[in-house]
Amino acid sequence: MKTLLTLTIATALAFSSVHADTLTLNSSGSTFIAPINGRWFAEYNKLHPDVQINYQSVGSGQGIKSFVGGLTDFGASDAAMSDGEIAAVKDGGVVLLPMTAGSIVLSYNLPGVTAPIQLPRDVYPAIFLGEITKWNDPKIVAANPGVTLPDLPITVAYRADGSGTTFVFSNHLAAISPEFKTKVGGGKTVKWPVGVGGKGNEGVAALIKQTAGTIGYVEYGYAQQIKLPMAALQNSAGKFVAPTPDSGSTALSQVTLPDNLRAFVTDPTGDLSYPIVTFSWWLCHTQYTKPGEADAIKALANWCLTDGQKFAPDLGYLPLPATVVTKVQAAVNTIK
Amino acid sequence: MQTATAPSSAASTQWVGDKRAQRSKVFDAFFSWATFVASWGTVALLVWIALQVGYAALPAVRQYGFGFIVGTDWDTNNDVYGALPLIYGTLVSSALALLLAMPLGVAIAIFLTEDYLHTKIRGIFKFLVELLAAIPSVIYGLWGINVVIPITTPLGNWLNAHLGWIPLFSTPSSGPGFFPAAFVLAIMILPTIAALAGSALKTTPQALKEGAAALGATRWDVILQISLPIAASGILGAGVLALGRAMGETMALAMLIGNNNQISASLFAPANTIASLLANHFGEATGLEVAALMYLSFILMALTLGINAVAELILERTGAAIRHL
Repeated sequence: MKTLLTLTIATALAFSSVHADTLTLNSSGSTFIAPINGRWFAEYNKLHPDVQINYQSVGSGQGIKSFVGGLTDFGASDAAMSDGEIAAVKDGGVVLLPMTAGSIVLSYNLPGVTAPIQLPRDVYPAIFLGEITKWNDPKIVAANPGVTLPDLPITVAYRADGSGTTFVFSNHLAAISPEFKTKVGGGKTVKWPVGVGGKGNEGVAALIKQTAGTIGYVEYGYAQQIKLPMAALQNSAGKFVAPTPDSGSTALSQVTLPDNLRAFVTDPTGDLSYPIVTFSWWLCHTQYTKPGEADAIKALANWCLTDGQKFAPDLGYLPLPATVVTKVQAAVNTIK
Repeated sequence: MQTATAPSSAASTQWVGDKRAQRSKVFDAFFSWATFVASWGTVALLVWIALQVGYAALPAVRQYGFGFIVGTDWDTNNDVYGALPLIYGTLVSSALALLLAMPLGVAIAIFLTEDYLHTKIRGIFKFLVELLAAIPSVIYGLWGINVVIPITTPLGNWLNAHLGWIPLFSTPSSGPGFFPAAFVLAIMILPTIAALAGSALKTTPQALKEGAAALGATRWDVILQISLPIAASGILGAGVLALGRAMGETMALAMLIGNNNQISASLFAPANTIASLLANHFGEATGLEVAALMYLSFILMALTLGINAVAELILERTGAAIRHL
């Protein structure tokens, strides 16, 4: 024990003396982006041992608060930042950088149904509004020829904790259903009319797995990892599209990013686009005062946007389309 | 030689003794000062936390006032906040847990105090019951999700199918909900009840028990007519204290209650509690919702403080009653 302690201290000392000029960047925010951030920062540290990046996965809202409060060097958020939040940042502006993207899927538990089910655009908002309550509802049956749907009540599972996942999903529902928009609306936590709430992706996944007839929304990467069935959804072109890295990237490539790079893809166009996708942003200052900090952040962001994108598919994220990367890199290079 | 050395050694002992006395005086002074600071520090900390929470809640108090307590919506998008379903969920889930845990806890206390067991085995039993208090809340939550809910779900559905006309069973089970949450909560507060009820039962004077036995009372007569009546208010205090603990429980409930802000009479419907909503919403809350959450915290603090005060009062009365015997 004592030897171990001595050894640890010695190692710590050795490291601190070798990298006396190590630059530490602190960041926090979105839980959605946390797995790829963790991978990026570890890989980047291997290539550049003089840059140490800490990321705390505390949620997008807390990430924005810490960034605005000056506690972190950069933040991460699935909902970017609102104009009000940007205005609250002291000294100088904010650069929003879409760094990665992901899809949100509808997973379900239907015993005896093996083929992926198809859900039309007028059906899944109605399910989450509590208006369609049975799996053998004529509207669901009509969209799934050849599939025997059970006479089961539908249990809706949602995220009880505030999350970017809920933000993206509820904004998508609000975009395609005027009724959802007036009754519920989009936000990080919304007032779901029906259902049960689970804490985190894992909480929602547990709800889906346990009760037959449950449907819930989770991140694609998570559903894929624990092998939950995912529904094919009808997109704005009227086609049913299954969630895959390809269909997600196709949806992203339909988007024209505005100058502030804040675009919510609430209802992407295109025949092959999967309808529920989102970017996830880093929040950076336009100006950094600490020497070397701006250069370090620029180098890091550029690496994540190029070499770093190859880690995306393994972790269940969507690689950014080349057009998006070019645009984001231009924004990165404005940081001083 | 001997006579010459003896007084000198006595003198030196005397001297050392003086030094010790002086040292212990300094130590005493330091010790009483330290205990003074520590105990007043605790009081100050409580007051400080209450003030801080109250201060942070001010914007919501100004905006919603008393209406917050009777409001039934929690809608972040429209900044409409009401705490009634949460207060209801907190009180009902805790009361339900108490209802389940009380008979069991008192039974354990009787079993462990009334000489049913050899002292050594009793020690092991006591240790195991107390060990329940050492299990982390999140482990209870996981156990609830993976073990309790799969059992309570078919039970709830069966009750709904056959006895659905009773409001308590008016909905099919949604998985998480009041019943699984209260069941797990009952196990979590069991050690508190067993330990406090046990010490209340121990206060029964041995002479009374022996006297009753001498007059021909059976063991059950002694337990039911001597021990329990004397310990009654202590047991009640134990229950109230456990209720206070149940109301503040967070993690296990956030995982098991279903997190739906509704008021339903059904035991198997999802609900929500104050602590669970706080845990779920704080991370992403901004603006007025933060103040509303603080207002909610303040209500929870007031509820648990009030209940603890009642428990202390009851326990104190018992102590006084016993001393008067």
